[in-house]
Amino acid sequence: MSIGVVVFPGSNCDRDVQWATQGCLGLSTRYLWHESRDLSGLDAVVLPGGFSYGDYLRCGAIARFAPVLESLVDFVDQGGRVLGICNGFQVLTEMGLLPGVLTRNRGLHFLCQTVDLTVASSRTSWFRGFDKGDVLTLPIAHGEGRYQCSEETLRRLEDEDSIALRYSQNPNGSVADIAGVTNSAGNVLGLMPHPERACDPLLGGIDGQIILKALLG
Amino acid sequence: MTHFKARVLVSLRPSVLDPAGEAAKAAANRLGVEGVKQLRIGKCIELELEASDELEARSRLEFLADRLLANPVIEDWTLEILSGSSI
Repeated sequence: MSIGVVVFPGSNCDRDVQWATQGCLGLSTRYLWHESRDLSGLDAVVLPGGFSYGDYLRCGAIARFAPVLESLVDFVDQGGRVLGICNGFQVLTEMGLLPGVLTRNRGLHFLCQTVDLTVASSRTSWFRGFDKGDVLTLPIAHGEGRYQCSEETLRRLEDEDSIALRYSQNPNGSVADIAGVTNSAGNVLGLMPHPERACDPLLGGIDGQIILKALLG
Repeated sequence: MTHFKARVLVSLRPSVLDPAGEAAKAAANRLGVEGVKQLRIGKCIELELEASDELEARSRLEFLADRLLANPVIEDWTLEILSGSSI
């Protein structure tokens, strides 16, 4: 059982994720350079936070064409678990693996704070042990985290119970307070908050552990 | 082959909030420019490409605009072919 963490030029949370999964949780983890196509032996892949390819054009717009992500599409089709955190979430929406898009925060400021999040769905196994309505506390750090989608997409997300996390107090103007969504199959989760920064009590909380543990079932 | 110059204008769809545009509009008022009712910020992408004819150039640029330069979830785009010269 092993986790891969994609490293794009401009990723800056890749090591934090590895520190959390391998260091705090003891889960076998290896880095995946963006030019690699080899996902062999992996059960889960994390797209970490940062500014992939400088976030030129739009956040995640260039990263979408990385060779490693071509392999990721097959990986997802075969049921592999994929977690996109912050910039990783932006990349997943640009790829079309998750619906919607992340846009500039309503207040324009980069937001770096700890927020309360409500678990909005218990359909998938990403939040095992948490029921719908339970609250998680995780850090956010983003300038472009305002989730946007068409009304039709929002209805579909609600109908298929794919809204995973909602902000208890919306910090960035996301539609329907959305902080994280899953795909229909449930094996892909994208979220703006950073679970890897909440895995050690010394750092103020361990609510992130639940999500990272779920990478390996 | 013909050398084409083109421009793709990418704008936010009308339903999408543009906080940067709102901030610029507020600054326009502070500058003392009156009457600015709407200000929305988009992107202008200038391109040059070679293609056999304008139809071919247009089809490639439309694909590019739709798949890379704009995200259709939040953005609209228009394509202008500015000039074409034989090479």
